[in-house]
Formats: sequence, structure tokens, C-alpha cells
Amino acid sequence: MIGAGLQALVSHWRRHPLQLAMLLLGLAVATALWTGVQAINAEARAAYDRAASVLGQDRLDRLVASDGTLTVADFVALRRVGWPVSPVLEGRIARDLQVIGVEPLTLPRGAAMPGLPGLGADTLPAFLAGTLVLAAPETLARPEVATALAGLATTPSPDLPPMTLVADIALAERLLNTPGQITALILDPDRTLPGPVPKGFALKPATRDAGLARLTESFHLNLTAFGFLAFAVGIFITHAAIGMAFEQRRPMIRTLRALGMSVGMLCGLVLAEMLVLALIAGVIGVALGYGVAAALLPDVAATLGGLYDAPVPGQLTLRASWVLAGVGMALAGTLIAAGQGLVQVWRMPPLASARPRAWAMAGAGAAKAQALAGLGLLAMAGLALGFGAGLPAGFAVLAGLLLGTALVLPWLLGLTLALAVRRSKGVMAQWFWADTRQQLPGLSLALMALLLALAANTGVGTMVGSFRATFTGWLDQRLASELYVYAETPAEAAAITDWLRPRVDAILPITLAQSPLAGQPGEVYGIVDHATYRDNWPLLQSSPAVWDEVAKGKGVLINEQLSRRADLGLGSVLNLPGGALPVVGVFSDYGNPLPQAIVGMASFQARFPQAEALRFALRLPPAKVADISTALRAEFALAEGALVDQAAVKAFSLQVFERTFAVTGALNALTLGVAGLAMLANLLTLSALRLPQLAPVWAMGLTQTRLAALDFARTLVLALLTAVVALPLGLALAWVLLAVVNVEAFGWRLPMQVFPGDAVRQFAMAAVAGGVAGLWPALQLMRRRPADLLRVFANER
Amino acid sequence: MLNLTEVRKSYPTAEGRVEVLGGVSLSLVAGESLALTGESGSGKSTVLHLIAGLDAVDGGEIVVAGQALSGLGDAGRAALRRDRIGLVFQQFNLIPSLDVAANLSFQARLAGRHDRDWTAQLAEALGLAPLLARYPEQLSGGQQQRVAIGRALAPRPALILADEPTGNLDEGSSDAVMALMLALVTKAGASLLMVTHSERLAARLDRRLQLRSGRIQP
Repeated sequence: MIGAGLQALVSHWRRHPLQLAMLLLGLAVATALWTGVQAINAEARAAYDRAASVLGQDRLDRLVASDGTLTVADFVALRRVGWPVSPVLEGRIARDLQVIGVEPLTLPRGAAMPGLPGLGADTLPAFLAGTLVLAAPETLARPEVATALAGLATTPSPDLPPMTLVADIALAERLLNTPGQITALILDPDRTLPGPVPKGFALKPATRDAGLARLTESFHLNLTAFGFLAFAVGIFITHAAIGMAFEQRRPMIRTLRALGMSVGMLCGLVLAEMLVLALIAGVIGVALGYGVAAALLPDVAATLGGLYDAPVPGQLTLRASWVLAGVGMALAGTLIAAGQGLVQVWRMPPLASARPRAWAMAGAGAAKAQALAGLGLLAMAGLALGFGAGLPAGFAVLAGLLLGTALVLPWLLGLTLALAVRRSKGVMAQWFWADTRQQLPGLSLALMALLLALAANTGVGTMVGSFRATFTGWLDQRLASELYVYAETPAEAAAITDWLRPRVDAILPITLAQSPLAGQPGEVYGIVDHATYRDNWPLLQSSPAVWDEVAKGKGVLINEQLSRRADLGLGSVLNLPGGALPVVGVFSDYGNPLPQAIVGMASFQARFPQAEALRFALRLPPAKVADISTALRAEFALAEGALVDQAAVKAFSLQVFERTFAVTGALNALTLGVAGLAMLANLLTLSALRLPQLAPVWAMGLTQTRLAALDFARTLVLALLTAVVALPLGLALAWVLLAVVNVEAFGWRLPMQVFPGDAVRQFAMAAVAGGVAGLWPALQLMRRRPADLLRVFANER
Repeated sequence: MLNLTEVRKSYPTAEGRVEVLGGVSLSLVAGESLALTGESGSGKSTVLHLIAGLDAVDGGEIVVAGQALSGLGDAGRAALRRDRIGLVFQQFNLIPSLDVAANLSFQARLAGRHDRDWTAQLAEALGLAPLLARYPEQLSGGQQQRVAIGRALAPRPALILADEPTGNLDEGSSDAVMALMLALVTKAGASLLMVTHSERLAARLDRRLQLRSGRIQP
């Protein structure tokens, strides 16, 4: 019986291959987008873990030299007096190849480089002898790395981050050409320190425990949200195809019941059939997802590298976690999509009408119930906005807003079309609107998918536009100085400033100290009193004499992130080393994940006497920038990165910004494509059901060409009406992203700007999606043989 | 009004082409009613479809109201159906998205000959006046067929083509609908060609012809 039942059920797909293709395609695309995002996230997280595993990446305390220069002699001296230190030498060679030199015999176990990965008893002697280096396989595969390591043996260590070499410190010295120098001395956390920090050294405490994961979490959360949205849109296609299949198989199901198959067995067979299809689509989806992730990963890697200095490789690794999760999502999505149909099969009495109950013509009662559920979700979004807190509340607002409006959409469109029917004068107009209304229930899932995709496009477009407009203006303010110089040592800084003083208008030292701010790791800057700040610094709030108070050491400026996280405003008091100061201003600080405070230079030096001014902003006429740069480089043999002009910094910042949104833009476009596919799938599956409605009109004197044109116009009109609803939804989405999610995720809020061009673009996209989806069914109708239409009138139908 | 001369039609099947009509000739004058009878598969409906220009002949000629169908393209045949022909099907084939009133006047408005008074008279005569705001799905089979008849008559076509118009109705409803249709066809001054397998209904028309294996029986 099982075999016969399965054969009967599967025969449906043989007769409806297009429906089967749409089901598999919808599920595969949904799985692909979800899997793609998860693969990117998994790759990035693995990269953070690898980065954190290298010498603890600031997870261990370090001793650094107060004057910035550490030598092997310092290491030897400290070891002799009992300090549990291990030397580390870091630097870069070739292009972006980081070299880390370690001393394996003194390296603390807490350095968390799992016993120097890839190093065994057979390779340790070669490592200590300075003839062997460790690097990740993908690093070793790069030609420039091979060139830089010519003559050295290599051992692949998959646990190391990309573009990182680990070598014995003596070899690192040779590679970096820094004989006798050390970058830092790592302290063994398992051993107690013999006394206070010796003179000439400073203790640099571990500050960024799991920092990358924390800082980048919001970015990954946003990606996941988009992946989920795309998945939801894909499930709409699957739901449409499965719903149609269930409806068309009602007569078969009735017959199987009549022939003695129990409802339990029937449901079991249908479930098994669905799960097999889900498995097939899931595997295809995971393979497609791998492609999506591989295509997007370079942009994601550039974004994370640019924003957070997170070393994410541009190559993808197949990981069991996201492969299994992708197949799991395909199975879950199928169960969600097939749930309604299974319940129908379960409840259907054996003598139920064998005639399809016009699945596409769902009752008005169901539409009202759906609209009520949608209104409930919108109310929930309102409550989450009013009373919720944190990022989950922000996403609850987004989910409620999107799903609520999607559920209300068919009802809204129904009302609009009913009004159009009442208002239409001509017979064709009346029929057109009435027939469009008739099609609505069958197309509502696809239109809901289109609504989500269009709203996401508008929302993200508005957010990115607002971000771009604000960010570029803000960069102009923050990067007012024409040139930025980075010295290696205080001595070099002094020499450079002496040389520059007669040649530039102003030298503005940028001094920085790490300090906890309101209980979080943060940065304190000291600035001199200069018009550059008074005229340009982007203050969101300020007291009347803000700059005078800062200059006199009577007030502190804080960034928006700190203001929001610690709930500090004008007049609040901020605790700082050396005494608290009142907040006299709040400045915007986009892109910076850390709390930041700014005090006057004198106040800064009093609070952080060991901090050195190694960085300087220079004010000079723009025309002199090129000459001064050239001369400065020649005079002090400055490295490439030691001298940066304003244009380069802006260009880099904007490039990071653009690549950040290139990823969301690509996901957006894919989601829109999926929505168009959903419409196409629905229209194609509905086209057979449409014939009995169209054939009489054809018989009464409308040509197939005209009917096809009207059908095409109908799809366009529905898509455009959906765009009308999507526009305010998209703007609301942008507002929530800017005013709620961004604030919770990044700690700063951007002013929202509305771009009329985006609205035009959205309507164009809706027209393209509707047009492309409507074209094929319209052509199909136009080319149908009269015999197909005549069959509608056949008496033995 | 209507002339068919040696009309032939065949359809492709898995076993090759099957001839449905093997040279059918018939004529109908203005105001006349003709019943075309025959068993299932004899080609009755095909004759009707060819006359309405819903399908094309393989050979022979069909002339409706002085217009030869062979000289008309798709648009011309559509215009002929719209302006000169009223169609009534066994399956009613009403437009589900429109209410009864809109269905009744639909073809007349398409043809640009909507006469409110005439449509109102039809609605009254067909017993549809209280049902005008209802939708097809809310009507019984007999009511739906009365709407289909009213829709066909509303533009005052020269020729009514009816394909088993009461085939879906019980005998009582069938007789009532038939009587109404004949009365209204006469009132509209139209010709009627009705396909039926019922000898009883055929007997109520002016003339009857029998089709067997694609040929008119003498």
C-alpha cells in the first residue's frame, strides 16, 4: 500500500514538472541565501578565534618600554631579576605579511597559541635554529609570501590567521631587519610578578578580551537578519508551490482515502515526500550558498578588516556547521510551508469535494483573519519600540513591522481594488479591476514577498544614503587637517616637529591613552586649543563655552557612543584618571566602536604623564601638502604609512564604507530576485487555473493578444500597488535601522534623509520585477492554442 | 444568416489525425432556429466552435451574416463574435469576478451596444432582477444558465450559438430555461443554432439536423 500510495503521490510531480521545479528552486534559493550568510559568519568567527589564539592578541598583559624602544637587553635584564616575561617581535614584511617572532622556551602557556600550532618534536629544533616558519596553508600558497620566505622551510599551521608568520625571534629579527629589538614582553599570567613595574617600563593590561567577536557582532547580526529575510522570501515560493500541489491533489487524496488508505498513513507519505524534496533542495541550496558566500566573502573580509582590523580570509572553507544548518533550514522551511497543507489533508473528510476548492480563491474570512494577525504584529512592533530595550527589541520592531505589513497587504490591496471596481466606468476597466481582485488571494504570497524585498531595498537604500551623506560631511569635519604624521619614537617626534614648525601653519599633537571609561575599555585623547577644533569638530551637544572649558581642563568631551551607553549628557560627570570632569560636549564619532573622551592637552598630560605624542595633525595650505610630504619623507626616511594626507584617509574610509554596503546591496538584489521568482512561480502555477476565467472573455470577442496584454498589465499593476505600500514601510524600516538598531548596535545615531530618487528607483524595481514575472505567463497565454481555450467549454470537461 | 459549405476539421492525436467533421454543409436564415443533434463525439460542438471563429476550419467555408470567416484574422473573428454572435455554453462560463448585473451586460458593453432597458427586460424575464448584486458562485446552476442566456442576448446578436445550454440542469429547470430562451431569441429577432443530444428539446426548434461521424445525416 505504501508503494502504491507513494507512486500515486509522486505521479503528480511527473505531470507538473514546472511546479516541482519551482518548489525545488524556491527552497534551494532560500537555503542558498541563508547558508551563504551563515558561511560568511562562520568564516569570520573562525578567523576571530584564530586571531585571538595568536599570543593571546592582547589577552595577556604586556610590558612595554616607556620610551617606545625595547631591546633584547631589556628582556635579559628583566628575566635576571625574576620577571616572567617572554619577548615578542612584531612587524610587517612584503605586503601585509605580519611577522611574529617568539621565544618558545619562555613563551607562557597562556599565550594560547596551542603549543605553537604545527610544531612537533621533529620541527622544534629547526624552528629554534631559525630555519623554519609557521603560517596558515592559504598564506603559504601566496606567491609574495613564497618570495619573502625563499630559502626557509615552512610548516602549514591551519590555526594561524591569514597573512601571519610565526618564527623564532632571531629569525624574525632577520626578516624584519630589526636586530636586537623587541616589540613587547608578554607576562606569564600563571606566575606572580616579583614587584612593581620597573622604571622605564609600563604595564599594558589586556583590554580586548574577545574584542573582535564583540565589536563585529552587530555586523554579523545584520547579515543574519538579511539572510533570514531572504530565506523568508524564498519560503513564500515554496509555500505557493506546495499549496498548489496540495490543492491539485485533493481528488487524488480523496480517492486514496476511499480506497482504504488511513489518514495517518497518507499524511506520513506526504510528509516523507516533502522531506525527501527538502533534502534534495537543501543540498542544492547549500551548494548554491557556497557560491554566494564565496562571491561575497572578499567584500565582507575587506569591510571587517577596514572597520575593525579583523583578519578575515577572502577564501571560504567548507564547514560542517553551516552545511548541516543549511540542510536543517531547508527541512524546517519545508515543514513550515507544508504545514497548512498537511493539516488540510488530516482534516479532509473522505467524501470531501473532489473538485479543487479554488485554493487561489481563499475565503474573505481568511484574509480578514490574516489582516488582523498583521495588525497584531504591527501593534507588537509599536510596543517593542515604546517599551523594549536593546538590540533584540530593535529586531522585534523590524520583524513586527515587516511581517505585520506583509500580512495586512492582501487586505489593503483588496480594499483598493474594490474601490477601483466601483469607480471604473468602462466594461473593460470594470472587468480588469474585478479580475485583478479575483487573482489577489492566489498572488498574495508572492506580493508579500515582493513587499518585503522592496521595503528592504528602500530601507537599506535610505539608510546607506543617509549614512553616506552624513558620513562624508562628518569626515570633512573630523579630518580637517591636511596631513597626518606618525613618528616611531619620541625622539623622532621631536625632530619632526622641530623640522615642521617653520614650514606649516600649525602642528596639532594627537595624544592618546587607553583608559576605562564608565566601566568600559576606552580611549582618552588630549588636544591643544586650536581653531581647527573650534571651527570643525562635529559636536552634537555642547555647553556655551565648550572649547574654553576643555582648554582650561574644566570639562571633557565624550563621543556619542559613550554618551548613549553610559547615559551621560551635558553636565554629567565622567570619572577619569586624575579626577572626574563634567561633560561639556558630545561629538559624533561614526565607525568607532570604543568609548572616547577628549580633554585639554594640559589636563591630559597631568593625567597621563607617560603618554607620548607620536602622532600629529598638520595644518598647512593644501597647495603645499605634496611638497611638504615629499620633503618630510626624504628628511626622516618615513615609511609609507607614517605620513597620510587627508584625501587618502577619506578615500580609505569611504572605500571601507562602500564595501560594507556592497554586501547588503548584493543580498538586497538577491532578495528582490527571489521575490520576482516567487511572482513568476505563482503566476505560472495559477495560469492553468486562469483559463476558465479568461476563455469566456476570449469567446465573447477579446483577442488572445489583448487578453495577454491585460494579464501582463494586471501583474504590473499589482506589483506597483505593492510598491506603494512598500515605500512607507521601507522608510519606516530605515528609521528603525537608523534610530533604533544602529544606536543599539553601534552606539551612534544618524540623521535620516529621504531621497526622492529612491522612491522612483523602487517603483522601477517593482515594475521590472512584476514585468519580468508577468511576461512569461502573458506570452504563454498569447501563444496558447485555441484548442486549450476551447477545452474550457467542453461539455465532458 | 449562416452558411456552412463542405466544412472539414480534424485534430492530431497520438494515433495520427482524427477527422471530426468530414464535409458539413448547412444554412440558417434570419430568425430561424435550428437544432443540431448527435451522439457524444459526433462533432456537434466543433461545428459551433468553428462558426464562432473559436477554431479554424481545415477546409470548406463558413459565412456568418455575410462575412466569410476564412477572410478574417484573429482580430476580425474576435470582432465578429463580439458584434454578431451570442454564445451560451453548458458550463455557463460566467465571469466569477463580476456580479450578475455586470455579467449580464458584459458582452453588450464590449460590443458598444449596451441597452439598459433591454438588459433590464432580460433580467426581469429571466427572473434575475433580485439576483443582480450576487456573484456567480452564489447562484444555482439554473440561475447561472439564465445569466449566461441573458448575457448572450443582451447585445441583440444576429446569431445565437448554444452548446447544450440545459445539459447541466434537471428536466424541470431545463424546460423552463429553454422556453425562456426561445421566447427571448424570438423577441430579439436572432437566429439560433443549438447543439443538443436531447430529441425532446430539439423538437421545440424550427428545424433539426443530425450529425453522425462528422457528417450531416440526410
